[in-house]
Amino acid sequence: MQRTDTAPKSINMPKLSRETVVNIAVMAILLALPLWASSIGEDYYVNLASLITIFAIAGVGLNFAIGQGGMVSFGHAAFFGIGGYTTGIAAFHSFEETLFMAIPFAISGTNQMLIIWIVAMVICGIAALAIGAISLRTEGVYFIMITLAFAQMIYYFAISWPTYGGEDGLSIYLRNELPMVDAESALTFFLVCFILLLGAIFVSARLSGSRFGAALGTARMNETRLATSGIDPFPIKLTGFVISAMITGLAGALFAELNGFVGPSMLSWHRSGEIMVFVILGGVGRLYGPVIGAALFVLLETYIGEWTQHWQLLLGLALLGVVLFARGGVMGMIAGRARHD
Amino acid sequence: MTAALIFEQVLNGLQFGLTLFLMAAGLTLVFGVMGLINLAHGSLYMVGAFCCAWITQQTGSFWLGLGGGVLGAAAAGALIEMLVIRRLYDRDHLDQVLATFALILIFSEGTRMVFGSMPLYLNIPAALGGTMALPGVEAYPVYRLFIILAALAVALLLYLLISKTRLGMRIRAGESDREMIAALGVDIKTLYTIVFALGAAIAGLSGALVGALRSVQVGMGEPVLILAFVVIVIGGIGSIKGALIGSILIGLVDTLGRIFLPVILKFFMENASANSIGAALSSMLIYLMMAGILAVKPKGLFNATN
Repeated sequence: MQRTDTAPKSINMPKLSRETVVNIAVMAILLALPLWASSIGEDYYVNLASLITIFAIAGVGLNFAIGQGGMVSFGHAAFFGIGGYTTGIAAFHSFEETLFMAIPFAISGTNQMLIIWIVAMVICGIAALAIGAISLRTEGVYFIMITLAFAQMIYYFAISWPTYGGEDGLSIYLRNELPMVDAESALTFFLVCFILLLGAIFVSARLSGSRFGAALGTARMNETRLATSGIDPFPIKLTGFVISAMITGLAGALFAELNGFVGPSMLSWHRSGEIMVFVILGGVGRLYGPVIGAALFVLLETYIGEWTQHWQLLLGLALLGVVLFARGGVMGMIAGRARHD
Repeated sequence: MTAALIFEQVLNGLQFGLTLFLMAAGLTLVFGVMGLINLAHGSLYMVGAFCCAWITQQTGSFWLGLGGGVLGAAAAGALIEMLVIRRLYDRDHLDQVLATFALILIFSEGTRMVFGSMPLYLNIPAALGGTMALPGVEAYPVYRLFIILAALAVALLLYLLISKTRLGMRIRAGESDREMIAALGVDIKTLYTIVFALGAAIAGLSGALVGALRSVQVGMGEPVLILAFVVIVIGGIGSIKGALIGSILIGLVDTLGRIFLPVILKFFMENASANSIGAALSSMLIYLMMAGILAVKPKGLFNATN
């Protein structure tokens, strides 16, 4: 965070808000460090940056639901995990050369990432449509608990369904392939993730700025007002929830590629909590907040984890401190209050 | 598939459901009075179990341990209420979720630092160790019956406390209008601490009781917490009656589903796939039931605010 002080404060660019400067600095650091690490042959740090990027995508997804739509989903691990399992299952059938299903029509596995991403996002979208259709009938604390309960349902399903590893999870022996580039290379994979992160942020920003985003924002602030202006809040919120889930599902698919493994832990409610932590640490409703949140989380986990195995205690204290005393997260501390609040 | 087996499983389901009720009662009470969603309730359950196991090991008396578990959880509850929870009452639910999630991390890691990662074992007291014959069941564990009776006693006491005593009157008043009760000169801060500690004590009791059936370990409260959420969502948040009925429903459906679903499926398919599909389906059964109930009644069966 030190670097933000050295960012240009030139008066020639008065339109650059402090938040924009922070955003540019964060993304530049996130891009520069792995490039440098790769040049000195330290793939470990490149993979760490990939992890940050993937978590950031998951956070961008959830941030769209919470920050834009006011839907506090405590079950986004479900979509993260579904994305991961889609990757794992597709790779499994591709590796074993078996069919996923034979009736009513044959579906085989695939090792093409582009196809897997689309399938993962579509499946997440369908799951979110079903979960959202029930959960969004309620609001407030009910919504939090119901999304949590549905995620838990999928978690237990994954544990007790033996075909794809059950409790032990599923290994992806070979990373799936991308056209034209070598996805096995750590740096290439990072760059792919980084581009997808930019894409997720772009989609999120464009949607927030659209008529749909305005309606979703109004649904967050005052549903009655939205209804009186002739727009039914329910389909708006459901659409927002589905989009949010699809972005998080893409992150899950990438996470599975990075680790070469999917397991029920991707679906656990701790994961839902962590994705929420990315959003809160960075600052709710800030477009680039999840990037900061995910970076802080991964760095805390990695470096404090090296120093003491009890890093979760410190994470808990840090999180408590942010929630109690630093409302608006790190972005709120550096860049001041959000424009909308 | 005899009537005796069904009766035994119904008792098991009842026992499971009633331990869930002990968790759900505190959660729903705290939500009803203070409007707070408390994820750390599972940690208080764990604190109760650990206090009970440790004191039992030190003194050799399960009953001292049980009392210690209840008091320990109540003390931990009062402590976090005064240090943290108090600052969350007028925050939105997102902040409450995050702060209490942080408390879970702190409690879990703190417990691991004190007691290590190995589970503790808590033996069932000798007086409750055996089995007894019930109509149709030859040998049912006495300790499970004891849990059923203890939980029913707590439910009754809670009912009497809330509907018949001065404290209960204040709790109900706090539920309906907190500004007014403060204006009438009731010390609302102390009342909130008492309510929170009460919920914590019941959670601690639940943890201590269940601790003797299973191992006492870090993270033991979390699955129970999520089931307790399902219970209070089904029952209607804020309603203790709803929590009681919801928890018995969940306990029965979950226990009976796990036993009978694979059996029923065997009529339709071969054994191996009936077992695996049955296992997968029965683990989802209560959530599907929750979805079904919410589709019809989005605010639960017994909504307190209606």
